[in-house]
Amino acid sequence: MPPRLCALCHAVRAILKRPKTGQQICKECFFYVFETEIHNTVTEAKLFKPGDRVAIGASGGKDSTVLAHVMKTLNERYSYGLDLFLLSIDEGITGYRDDSLETVKRNQQQYDMPLKILSYDELYGWTMDAIVTQIGKKNNCTFCGVFRRQALDRGAAILNVDHIVTGHNADDIAETVLMNIMRGDIARLGRCTSICTQGEDTIKRSKPFKYAYEKEIVMYAYFKKLDYFSTECIYSPDAYRGHARAFLKDLEVSRPSAIIDIIHSGEAFEIKEDVKATQKSQQTCRRCGYMSSNELCKACTLLEGLERGMAHAVATDRGRKKLDADDHAPENLRTIPFFQLPASSRPNSTAPIEAAS
Amino acid sequence: MSTISLKIEFGGGLELLFANQRSHRIDIPALVPVSAPSAAGPLSTDEQESQKKPADVTYLLYWLRDNLLKEREELFMEHGTVRPGVLVLINDTDWELEGEGDYQLKNNDEIVFISTLHGG
Repeated sequence: MPPRLCALCHAVRAILKRPKTGQQICKECFFYVFETEIHNTVTEAKLFKPGDRVAIGASGGKDSTVLAHVMKTLNERYSYGLDLFLLSIDEGITGYRDDSLETVKRNQQQYDMPLKILSYDELYGWTMDAIVTQIGKKNNCTFCGVFRRQALDRGAAILNVDHIVTGHNADDIAETVLMNIMRGDIARLGRCTSICTQGEDTIKRSKPFKYAYEKEIVMYAYFKKLDYFSTECIYSPDAYRGHARAFLKDLEVSRPSAIIDIIHSGEAFEIKEDVKATQKSQQTCRRCGYMSSNELCKACTLLEGLERGMAHAVATDRGRKKLDADDHAPENLRTIPFFQLPASSRPNSTAPIEAAS
Repeated sequence: MSTISLKIEFGGGLELLFANQRSHRIDIPALVPVSAPSAAGPLSTDEQESQKKPADVTYLLYWLRDNLLKEREELFMEHGTVRPGVLVLINDTDWELEGEGDYQLKNNDEIVFISTLHGG
């Protein structure tokens, strides 16, 4: 059988079938189209302005490692003028995060970017190992998810960055759309496909890999021989996401475009105004100043539960409401340092980075 | 009986199922019974045992499962092929361009399996 030639350059043997298009392309064309599609996503969504300080949420895993590599490549190729940083959260999981952080430290050298590691221990006074010792392996993902989200914002504030980019890929977003449909979570369904989220009191967050298939990210890491870490978290995996993921991967086998199709469906959802009106407005947590939909933010509630030895009670919505109503926090309770957004020193008038005409 | 020698690599966390060893050198029979499991599904029992065919990737999957895999086979194989989310490369080419399970193995081929299912 003669080798199939690349559908783009027609000169070199194809090594990859693109899941999005079915196109068969060679290695160099693959690198080029993969990077160019990310550049197009960035410029079409007008994510950055020249001079922006941007933190890459780095876990040492495949997505964030490829993201760091591609962000550095595009920043140089298209002169974005961005100051790039690596920001890692150390949840305090022995045998998992300590190993993956070693990968991030190597990435710091390989990509020549400043790295900030912020630990749950220094921020909350609790490692995940300690939390699991108190509450067991059930529900610990609730603590980890809430703590990580806030830790990323606080790490970004320490780095004084304008923007956090994360490695969420098309498969992740399609999974989230499916999960929000199955759970009937209208509020999240409405916003989970946004490429960029920015509230008044939060640091801008975006997902440059929103349309990038996991298969291509892994192939990119493989062919570029990037150094990444791949071990499942030793504490209970997110079982619910696991079901959505297995279902999505089955769909992808029978129709590879299913992933992008689900994202497009998610984008096309319109939430009725009267449904929107019933959704809670955002406020700031009275204890730590972080954005919250209740008097106390979730992290403060969970931390208080841990400190008072009643973490099980606060892991449920009902338990949290009860604690929220019960306003007298005991004295000497450990709290999270007060959150303040970094003061942006840059003028807002700078034009965003767009594709050269 | 003639054998072919293959280089096998596991990555993306899949090596954990194979005694945490990423790289393996194996020898498998060059010809295997036609009745061996293949992508076409099991053949009827009256098929003659003496009939042989060249070893293909589907045969290799079963061979790896039965000879190298240490745990949780459901994370490696499903319905006679790799579990969805496992990428396969044959001599650094996406197996989707090489006929997937029907690809006939040659001496010194290098087959890479990478799981995409681990967090990023």
